[in-house]
Order: sequence, then C-alpha cells, then structure tokens
Amino acid sequence: MGKHIIIDPITRIEGHLRIEAVIDDNNTIVDAYSASTMFRGIEAILKGRDPRDAGLLAMRICGVCTGTHYQRSIEAVEHAFNVTIPKNARLVRNLVQGALYIHDHVVHFYHLHGLDWVDVTSALKADPKKAAQEALKWSKNPWGASEGELRAVQERVTKFVKQGRLGPFAKGYWGNKHYKLTPEQNLVATAHYLQALDLQRDAAKMMAIYGGKMPHPQSFVVGGVTCVQDIQNPARGALFKNLLLNWQNFIKNAYIADVLMAGTMYADEALDGTGAGLKNFMTYGDFRLDDTGFYKSALLFPSGTVMNGDLKSYQPFDQSKVTEDVTHSWYEGDKPLHPFDGETIPNYTGLEKKADGYAYLKTKEKYSWIKAPLYGDERVEVGPLARMVVGVAAGDERITKYVTGFLKKGNLPTSVLFSTVGRTAARAIETELMADVMVEWIDELQANVAAGDLSTWTEFDFDKVAADAKGYGLAEAPRGALGHWVNIKDGKIENYQAVVPSTWNASPRDAKNRMGAYEASLIGTKVADPDQPLEILRTVHSFDPCIACAVHLVDTKGKELGVYKIDPTSCSI
Amino acid sequence: MNERRAVLTKMFSAKDTQVATNRGEDYYETLWQKCRARLDDLKKLPARSTTSIEDILDIEGFSRRDFMKWASAATAMLMLPASFTPLIAEAAEVMNRVPVIWLELQDCAGNSEALLRSDGPTIDELLLDILSLEFHETIMAAAGHQAEAQLEEAMETFHGKYLCFVEGSIPLGMNGQFGTFGPKAETFVDHLKRVSSGAAAVVAVGSCATFGGVPAASPNPTGAVGVMDVIKGKPIINIPACPANPANMVGVVLHYVLTGQVPELDSLLRPKFAFGYRIHDNCERRAHFDAGEYVEEWGDEGAKNNFCLYKMGCKGPMTFNNCSIVRYNEGVNWPIGVGRGCIGCSEPDFWDKYAYERPMADANIKAPTGGVESTVDEFGLGLLTATAVGIGIHAVASATAGKKSDNGDA
Repeated sequence: MGKHIIIDPITRIEGHLRIEAVIDDNNTIVDAYSASTMFRGIEAILKGRDPRDAGLLAMRICGVCTGTHYQRSIEAVEHAFNVTIPKNARLVRNLVQGALYIHDHVVHFYHLHGLDWVDVTSALKADPKKAAQEALKWSKNPWGASEGELRAVQERVTKFVKQGRLGPFAKGYWGNKHYKLTPEQNLVATAHYLQALDLQRDAAKMMAIYGGKMPHPQSFVVGGVTCVQDIQNPARGALFKNLLLNWQNFIKNAYIADVLMAGTMYADEALDGTGAGLKNFMTYGDFRLDDTGFYKSALLFPSGTVMNGDLKSYQPFDQSKVTEDVTHSWYEGDKPLHPFDGETIPNYTGLEKKADGYAYLKTKEKYSWIKAPLYGDERVEVGPLARMVVGVAAGDERITKYVTGFLKKGNLPTSVLFSTVGRTAARAIETELMADVMVEWIDELQANVAAGDLSTWTEFDFDKVAADAKGYGLAEAPRGALGHWVNIKDGKIENYQAVVPSTWNASPRDAKNRMGAYEASLIGTKVADPDQPLEILRTVHSFDPCIACAVHLVDTKGKELGVYKIDPTSCSI
Repeated sequence: MNERRAVLTKMFSAKDTQVATNRGEDYYETLWQKCRARLDDLKKLPARSTTSIEDILDIEGFSRRDFMKWASAATAMLMLPASFTPLIAEAAEVMNRVPVIWLELQDCAGNSEALLRSDGPTIDELLLDILSLEFHETIMAAAGHQAEAQLEEAMETFHGKYLCFVEGSIPLGMNGQFGTFGPKAETFVDHLKRVSSGAAAVVAVGSCATFGGVPAASPNPTGAVGVMDVIKGKPIINIPACPANPANMVGVVLHYVLTGQVPELDSLLRPKFAFGYRIHDNCERRAHFDAGEYVEEWGDEGAKNNFCLYKMGCKGPMTFNNCSIVRYNEGVNWPIGVGRGCIGCSEPDFWDKYAYERPMADANIKAPTGGVESTVDEFGLGLLTATAVGIGIHAVASATAGKKSDNGDA
C-alpha cells in the first residue's frame, strides 16, 4: 500500500506550490501531482487598459523574474504596432535581461536550490585546510575559499548553530543519507552561499543602471527605452562592466566550480536519469543579435523543439501549435485553445477533506490553478535545459561549445543532461555563457553611443496603430519559454494572455491524463525517508519554480468575472 | 490668475507635505530616556543569538568606524538628532532579540527580493543575519510538514513578541479560497488572522499587503484587500511601494527595537520618516519643472538634458515616499534618474489612478467603475483636481516659454 504525502508549502521557490506524491514500499515515487494554490486574475485586470501601460502591470506577475514580463508585454504590443526599436534599445534590453539571468540563476542555485545538495551542518565538521585544497580541484582560482576564509565561515556558522535558534535553517533535513558531499565540500559550498548572498546586491545593480531599480525596473516603453542619460554617460557603462566582470569571476570560480563538484558527487543520480521526466523540450528563442526585426533577427538562444531526448529530432518552433487544456485545472472548458482564442472562467472545485484532517487534491478531477499547455499534441519542458538541448540540436556553435566544454571538464557523458543534475548544470552553463556574451554587448553599446547614435525610441502614431491590432511577444525568461499575446481595439486591450514557463512545467495532467514536467520528473525517484521530502525538493527545485507566474492569465472575453461555479458538496473548506 | 496662483502656492507649501524635523528639546529628551529604558530592558532578555555585531564586523572586514558611520546615516534617515546615533548603534546590536515571521500571500515575491538588496552597505545584510528570521517560505530549508511545524513552534515560543511581516494581498472572494496554505488548505485570510494574533505588531510590506496592489486593481477579480482591511486591534505599519524600499523596511524594524513602538504614522499607517514628503519635494529634476522645461517625447532633446518628466506621466507631485532621497539599489539609480517618471506606487489604487505614461489631464485611464474612461473630475477626486489645475498652469507657462531648440539655445 503506497504512502500518499502532501508537501504544502513547497518552500524555496517563488509562489505557492503543493506537491502530492505516492510512495511505494520500496520508497520509490510511483505517482505525483503538482498544484498551484493561489490565483490573482491579472488578465481581467489588464483588460480595458491602454496597451502602453500594460507592461508595468504585467511585470508584477513576478518579482523574481522581474523585468521579464515587462519586456514580453512591451514586445507583444510592439509586434501588434509593427514597431522596431533602435539598436541602443535592443542592446539595453539584452543587457537588462541578461543581468536578470545571471543574477537569478546564481541566487537560485545557492539560496533556493543549494540546501538540497549541501548539508550546512556537515560543514561544521570539515577541516578548513583540506577544504581549501578541495576547492582547487574545481577551479584554478577559487572564489573566497582560502583556508582562512573557510575557517572564518565555519566559525561563524558554528556560533550560529550553537545558540539554538536556526532561523531559516531550522528543521532542515540535515543528516539525511541522500546528501552526498563531503564535509569539506559542504564547507566550500556554504562559504559560497554566504558570499553570494552578499554579492548579489552588486549583481542587481547592473539591472538598476539601465533599468532604474531592481526589482521592478521602469525604463522600458513601447518603442524603446528611456535611459538616455545612463547610456550617454560612459561612467555608467564602465560601472556596469565592472560589476559584470566581478560577477563573472564569481560565476566561473564559485558557481561553475560548485556545480561541477556537485555534479561529480551526485553523478550516479545523473547517470541513472533521476528527475529526467518528459525529455521533450521547447524554446521560443531569445536575445536578438541584430536589428533586422524582432522575429527576423539571429538569436543567442535558437527556437525549436527536441523530443524524446533525441538531439536529431530538432524541429523549428511553430507558434500556432501552442494551446492550453483545462481538464484538470480549475477553469471551465472542454477543449484545448490557442491563446488568441482563449475564453475561460474560473471554476474552483476545491480539495477533499479526509478523516486525517488534511485536505487532498482531487486528482481525478480538477486540482490546480495552472493550466496544461500543449505543443501540438505533446507535453513539453521549458527552461535552461531546453535552451541548451535545443541549442545543441540546432547546431548553434556557441551553445555547443559551452555545453561540451562543461561536460568535458566534469568528465561526464551527454546523457547526464537528462536528469535533475543535468537540469541544474544546464542552468550554470547558460549563466557562464550569458555573462561572457554580455561583456561583448556592453562594449557594443558603448561603442555605438560613442560613435554618435543616441536614439533610444522609435516613434509611432498610437491612434492609428492601436485602432485594431494583434501581437505576441514570444521569448525566453530565465525559467523558460514565455509568451504574451495581446488583442487591441480602439486604443484599449481587448484580450490579454500569457503562457509562462512555469505553466508549461508545473502544470497538471491534460485531457489524455499525461503528466506535466514536474509530475513526470518525480516518477521513479527513490527517497531515503518518506517523512523528509529532500529528493522531491531537489528535483522540483531543479526547474526553478515560479508559481505566481504560472497561474494562467487568460482573458474573460466579454464576460463578467462573476461566475464562479462552486460545487457545494465538494467544497470542504 | 491670482486665485490660481494662490492654489498653487497653497498646494506646494501645504503643511501636510512638510515633516516637522525639529520637535523641540523636551520631545527629544523624553524620547531619548524612553529609548534608553527600552534598550536596557531588551538587554536583560536572553539572546536569540550569540553572534555579536563585533564578530560579524570582524569577519566581514568592517571597522567600528564604518559601523558608526552607518549608524549616523540611519539616525538621519529616521529624522532623529545626532545624539541618538549611539542608541541606534546599540539598537542594531540588540536587534537579534526580535523574532520575525514573514508571510507571503497573494504576492510576486518582489518585497522579499527587495529585502535581499538591503540598502546601506553590507552592514544591513549583517543585521538580517542576526535578526531571528523564524519563518520565510522563500529562503527556509524546511518544506511541507517541517515548515508548518517551524511556524507553529516559532509562534508559540515568541508569543506576543514577534513581528509579523506580510507580503502580498489577501483574497476575500469565494470565501477566501483563491489562496490556501498548508496541508489543511487554510485560506490566506484565516492564515493571516491566526499568525498575526500572536504578533507584537504587523508590518505590511509592498503595495499589495498595504492597499491591495495589483490583485486589487480594477476589477479586482478575487476581492483582494490589504492587511489593514483584515486585521483589527493590532498595531499595523504599512510600508508601501512596489516593491517597498528595503531601507524603509530596515528603518521600521530599527525604530521598533529602539522604542518598542511603531514609528509615527500618517493616516494611511505609513511611517512619516519615509512617507512624510513627496517625490516632487526632493526631486533632482525639480529645477526643470520650476523652469517649465519638460520632456515631450521619449528620447527627445529634453530627455537628453534631464528635463522634468511630468508630461510623460510622472506622478511625483502626488506621491509620498523617500525615493528621491534614498533611491534604489544603494543609490545606483531610481525611476526619474532612468528617465521614466514616478508611477505613484506607494499610493492606494495607483494602478488605476497613476501608473500610465501620460499626465493626469490626458489620463485615458480605466475607470474603477468600469466602462468609459474619463478625466480626473468625474472621479470626484477634489484634491487631485486642484493639483492638476496647479500643474496645468505650469505646463501652459512652459508652452509659452518655448522648448529648447536643437542647437541647445534657450
């Protein structure tokens, strides 16, 4: 008889997520359900507003991937208005998004994911001298991992642990036998955790230089950007580059080093494909490299799909194949719909309260605020792993170089990519790639401005273009493929939809009862102790969940949002 | 004309917009004694952590002098005289006596992220290190049952003593079921009421927790409200903005430690030290506003010359916050600095009233009542009508003064 466990709240994510899992007598997960437990209704809120204002509001879908919904919304409107932004604006947006990626990914690895790989209490037993030597195995010039620095970290953590109140480390899964790092390795990683916590403030400043502030920048507008002063002043670019180079150093000599270390120690899980899941990948592509037009430019991350983990199955991306199914989601609807045709109404059917006092998901019926997106007739995964896999499959030279370089350093075969460990490594590989290319972009921006080009905005006749227009912004947020679709009539938003990365990944089953990415990735995972969801967290966190984003934002075209069908017999709360 | 000038003068020199920065010797003497007594009481309590400020400063390579410089700056930000600086420093040292439980409801995590950017140098990070953060879903190690147990235990151990920080709005629609927490699917509203019942005070951070924010923007599909609409009979402090400035979050905690009380608040429960004056009062582009020099189009000559952003929708004149002084990300930049005006994010209903790139006279905004958009007058916002009139005069003056030509001649 299986053990049915509820993990709510899933912590160290953005948003509100519940995972239910069924574990058999061999402590193996045989079934899993992923559900979001919060809804805001931002699509109805956007309806009726001026499309030039939508970006600022859409940005508040998420404060972690801040700036990304902002940009996507503006891109959708620019597509609808047929506006191409000037070169400076393109570079500024790339730099701001890039700054988000490299901040977000590093903070994710250490402060959200890290404690699933690193046993902080074990670091207290380490020998700092040996730990310093350990660090040299993974980097020629390790960041902040000299014997003295490591000893200081150890003393600081020891003091903290001794006084009894562990703050955010309280009731963690310390000592679980599925932690695999040595005490010395744990000490190195713990030192980096604390250093990253301090340094990320500087990394965030990059976005603030051209974005105004972080979180929630403010310098993007339909047609371009507003940061004229900041691009005019060479000192700002110099500051940006200085911050970038410092963070790049941390990425190479702490982050990549630690991921190689963890990847090696957890290689068995990588090799047996723990956490692989769907093995179907999709990207919309992103980071425009020239000014030939939004959907014409060459891209840093190519768009496309790879199915069944087969790199030879690459296909280019087709926007018309995106639909969403609501069979198991708390909305009305009987067939999958493309975002432009969406018409949905919340239909909350609640959870089921059982004798043990807990409320369980009604997994045979509707059980999540997240919809189930489909690409054609496939369930797919999005994110850094998808970008790296599709990039390699599409023959992109740069991506292939970084991926094969990393695998070679770690002496790992390509197949390890299809696992929780692989997903985690892909995020790190992408971060290093992004930091390196950003050095080129900041130089390009500086040179362009120095040569006399100060244009930041393309003019357009609002009344003309906003009379009747449709557009979409399809690109890549840090967590994966992000699309905003907008329908504009008489200068106002008539319909707005966003299908976000965590919608793809965190979704429930579809009409054919096929699992979403999180659900699929948990099947077959062995847990050391069913009362400690460590392994579940390790895999779910590898997707970098962003659940406020994931809850679907489909418009209620023309209908009052006053119709909530609640079945009184099922509503137990 | 004289009447209009009188309106203008009154509006820009109205008493409400000024914060009394000198309250007289007796006031400060009494306050000082209160703070001293409070600190002495706190020091008698058992320490939550034996990690001392000296240890942290030492490890991080900061001198005592650096620390005192920070204490000076924090004292000034709280609008206290210099004699309070040593008390602020002492308060920082005993800050680890205050347990904090942080709840996230209908949120985007922007305020938690903002807190990670904590302003002022690393020293504020150090303070977070020794503040006893008992529960915070975004960074805590435990999940599921262990996380729930940690919350319950912290509430019991520190009953009556912890600060409850809240981020995100509270949905009341559909019996509160638009948001649930934990294995028993407790609704957010029940969760908030239960957790705040044992708190010493509730601090709502960000526009959603204070005034409803994004989820409450028209038509508010989930019946979202802010903390003060749900919690009664508890001291509440609102720190709005989207997200709130971390300097203000830390300032509030410091004040609480120092005096054991909430800081002086305005009618919207916002601390006066941060929200007692408008963006407009301290804006670096104010001289351009006064001279009638405006940006008229993104990227134009005015933009290249730092002109006032009023005509591009800056709501600085209506917005109370200290962004024009404290700025963001350790002073690196702020909205006006990056060439995009203020969107009024520390004010209630700003998504409906202020957050668009046109001045209020050309609002073209979505009426909260739904249907036809209209001007300010139809909403009956009297004060703002006067504001719009006052600024309208200014804008007219600029049109007659003429824009700067492309040659840069006045």
